[in-house]
Amino acid sequence: MSLVVFTALVGLLVAPVSVHPVVALASILFIALGAGASGALNMWWDADIDRVMRRTRARPVPAGKVGAQEALGLGLALSGIAVVMLGLAANLLAAGLLAFTIFFYAVVYTMWLKRSTPQNIVIGGAAGAFPPMIGWAAATGGVSVESALMFALIFMWTPPHFWALALFMKDDYSNAGVPMLTVTHGRRTTRAHTLVYTLLLVPVALGVGLTSIGGPVYLAISALLNAGFVAGAVAIWRRDEDRATADGYAVEKKVFGFSLLYLFLHFGALLAEAALKPYGFGGW
Amino acid sequence: MALRAEHDIHKRRLSRNLGLGLTLIAFVALVFGLTIVKVSYWDKRLPGAETSQ
Repeated sequence: MSLVVFTALVGLLVAPVSVHPVVALASILFIALGAGASGALNMWWDADIDRVMRRTRARPVPAGKVGAQEALGLGLALSGIAVVMLGLAANLLAAGLLAFTIFFYAVVYTMWLKRSTPQNIVIGGAAGAFPPMIGWAAATGGVSVESALMFALIFMWTPPHFWALALFMKDDYSNAGVPMLTVTHGRRTTRAHTLVYTLLLVPVALGVGLTSIGGPVYLAISALLNAGFVAGAVAIWRRDEDRATADGYAVEKKVFGFSLLYLFLHFGALLAEAALKPYGFGGW
Repeated sequence: MALRAEHDIHKRRLSRNLGLGLTLIAFVALVFGLTIVKVSYWDKRLPGAETSQ
C-alpha cells in the first residue's frame, strides 16, 4: 500500500506540468482509496487461502475482524467512489487507468491467475505497476515513454521480489494450493528465474535514467542498486536448499528486504531529480 | 426499567462513529476545496477574464 501511494506520488510530481496542491492531494488520496478497495476485494476472494498461510492469516477477514461479505461491499463501494472522484479531481484517463488497475488486480490476478498458473505474479505484477502511470496521467492527462518506463520498472521488479519471498516462505504456498513457481517447478528453477528476471530488470531501471525524468543522480543511484540486486540474485542462484535451510534462508530474506529498498530508492531518486531541477541541478 | 450501564461495546461504537464522522467531514472539505480550485481555474480560462480584472 505504501509502495502504491509513494510511486503514484512520484509519478505525479515528476511530470513536466505543475499540479495544484489540492488536486494533487485529492488524486493521491483517491488512488490510495482504489488500492485499499482492491485489497478488500482480494481479501474477500482469498479468505480461504489467507487463513492457511502464516503471512496472511492476521488480515482482517481471516482473523475474523471483518466479514467476507462486508469486505466485498466495502471493496465495491470504495472502488466506485475512488474512480468517480479521481475522474472529477484529475481527468478521465487517470480514472480509467485506476478502474482498469482495480479490475486487473481483483479479477485478472486474484480470481484467475493466482490459483491457475505459476506466471501469476509475473503477469499480475502489472497491477502494482500502474500507480506511477496513474499519477503521471493525473498530472498530464496522457501516457508517455517516461510513465511507460516507470510501469516497466515495477513490472520487471515484481517477479524477483516475490520469488525471493516464496523461497523463504517454505510451505505456505503449497499448503494453500497456490501454484507459485517454487511449488510447480521447484526451488532450483525459482532461483534461476530470480536471477534471469533481475538481469532483465537492469536495462529497464537504467533506461529510466536516460529519459527526461532521469539524470546523473538517478543513474548513479540506480547503478549501485542494480549492482547490489544482481549480486544478491547471483548469491540466491548459487545456493542450494541445504545451505539455505542451514542458515534460515538468510540470503533470500536479505535480498527480499533489499528489493523493497531498491524500488523505494529508485523512485526517491526520480523525486530528487525533479526537486533539484528548479535550482539548476537534476535532469539532463 | 431502562438499561443505563455503559457496556464496552458502546465505547467502541462511539469511537467508530466519531472516526466515520471525521472521515465524512474531511471528505466534504476535500470536495469543497476541489470545487474552489476548479472554479477559479476555469474562471481564469474564460475569454476576457484577464481584461475584466
